[in-house]
Amino acid sequence: MSGYFSDVAALARKDLRLELRARDTLPAMLLFVLSTLVVFHFALPSESGDQAAYGLLWVALVFTALLGLGRAWVPEQEEGALDGLVLAPCDRSAIWLGKSLATLAFLVAAEAVALPAFALLFAALDLAAIAGVALASIGICTVGSLVAAMAAASRGREVILPLLFLPLAIPLVVGGVGSSVSADPGTYLAFLGLYDAVFAILSWAAFEYVVTE
Amino acid sequence: MAETVVLRADGLEKRYGARRVLRGLSFSLERGETAVVTGANGSGKTSLLRLLVGLAAPSGGALSVASPRGRIGFLGHEPLVYRELTALENLDLFGRLYRVGERRERIGMLLERFGLWDARNERVGEYSRGMSQRLALCRTLLHDPDLLVLDEPHTALDTEGAALVDAELATLSGERTIVVATHEPQRLSALATTTIALGR
Amino acid sequence: MRTANPSVPLLAAIAVALTGAAVVMVFFVAPEDVDQGISQRIFYVHVPIALTAYACFGLGAWKALRLLWTRGERYDLESYTAIHQGTIFGALTLLTGAIWAKASWGVWWLWSEDQLVLFLVLFLFYCAYFMLRFSLEPGARRERISAVYALFGVALIPVSFLAIRLAENFIHPTVFTRDGPQMDGSMFGAFCVAWAALLLLAYVMYRVELLGKRTDANLRLLRETLTS
Repeated sequence: MSGYFSDVAALARKDLRLELRARDTLPAMLLFVLSTLVVFHFALPSESGDQAAYGLLWVALVFTALLGLGRAWVPEQEEGALDGLVLAPCDRSAIWLGKSLATLAFLVAAEAVALPAFALLFAALDLAAIAGVALASIGICTVGSLVAAMAAASRGREVILPLLFLPLAIPLVVGGVGSSVSADPGTYLAFLGLYDAVFAILSWAAFEYVVTE
Repeated sequence: MAETVVLRADGLEKRYGARRVLRGLSFSLERGETAVVTGANGSGKTSLLRLLVGLAAPSGGALSVASPRGRIGFLGHEPLVYRELTALENLDLFGRLYRVGERRERIGMLLERFGLWDARNERVGEYSRGMSQRLALCRTLLHDPDLLVLDEPHTALDTEGAALVDAELATLSGERTIVVATHEPQRLSALATTTIALGR
Repeated sequence: MRTANPSVPLLAAIAVALTGAAVVMVFFVAPEDVDQGISQRIFYVHVPIALTAYACFGLGAWKALRLLWTRGERYDLESYTAIHQGTIFGALTLLTGAIWAKASWGVWWLWSEDQLVLFLVLFLFYCAYFMLRFSLEPGARRERISAVYALFGVALIPVSFLAIRLAENFIHPTVFTRDGPQMDGSMFGAFCVAWAALLLLAYVMYRVELLGKRTDANLRLLRETLTS
């Protein structure tokens, strides 16, 4: 068991190191989310309340996540490194978990910029909203890493990932927006927890089948 | 399966959709043997090797491999490393995943043997094709595998590099089981105990 | 080709007969709904179509599971065909739902209709299934990835349904109240016949399409073997 988690740690560390060196994904995500928020300012009619703004926050987060997910497996595709990982004696699900954790780290970093910016430009965010963002981010990264691996195996790479991911992200958006606007955020946070549990387990079990023949 | 048989194929077939790449292939390999796989381009050499290491699954027939995943070393067409990491970082990662004992020492030894010690802290992306191939060989041998599966190991290597490969194979043959796909079977004629010839 | 299952022509004949019976029952036997009139008849078509679509997606997921479990080659085509049928019926669900909404309340789409919204999400999901499939090279990889995606689909069904229910609290308030059809004897009878007819129809179409795809695949294999 300790072997499993040390594998996951080694793999996640590898992704963080790669990003630190290449510095292309995270800055892009930060800039993208900020630009999107500014676009939203111009896209929202003046009478729309805070509610509309919260909705758009989630649109921004989902598409920023897609940006990160689109690049998640690129290092493994160059020089065939994914085959190298699949050949190793480690559990294949460890590859998925390491990648999910690293992607989550990048998404959280982007959110650390986006959320204060949003609070500044649009509306305040309470604890429930932030908890919603946290829970939904877990769901996005766990499901997203698996789906991104599927997309990486295909020919129509850039285009196929959003198509695969967005229907799966709809429940997350509902949970997230609900936790921001509803008077009873607890239900929505519980729902996000349910989604995370169900799809994390599914992704963990299914990853083996996505990367092997 | 007898104790000493490491690989056995019975009527092995591989298909990609309708395209049949391997058909009715049968052979067996015992511990310590060296098999040379020959055939023209497109005859299925790479597919066969990928089947042997488990990167592909047979479409028909039977294949049994006695070595567990962690005891197999594979050299493919691509180096299977991370371009943005240094040689040292790459080998350290794979060393951890393969649970290589005395990792640092072993990595150092392999890098020296293949002439990459001076370039150990450079990103693999900066390497020449020959250097990448040498690094790939280091990765393949890192965990001292029982079964070596090599797809055209002399590719991109200069005379010096190719000589290193030949020396390595000469050392290992007899002790380890080796399968090599190559365009130049005569190069390994001294070591080969079996030939698997693939043809259309 | 000997199969344990009853033959397709026989099933097709039964399906046609059942459909005929369903039409008769829906239009002539079941009583006209007091509030909605003739448009309510669409309900007898819309809901069974939706249920049939679910059944197809479920079958597709089951075959997908069998594929991952046993590596049996036949399951890939069976899973794909079932999902294809499910998507067709899903599209029909959206279509009949839109017709019903227009006939009942004068709008082509109702966000308050949970089933309809769920089908929209699923329709998008399963359309992506085909895009995924056609962007992958044929082979074991494609089979496995398709199977995993099909399994994610059935997991998405209840989760999405829950999400849509929860979303109603802050999205458009329910303006149109719908009386859930309380069905009495003859209405229920008509409904069941219609449902049975559609299920059988779906199964027949599934078998026919599967036969066609299998023949196609065998033909390709034969051609390949002969030319090399």
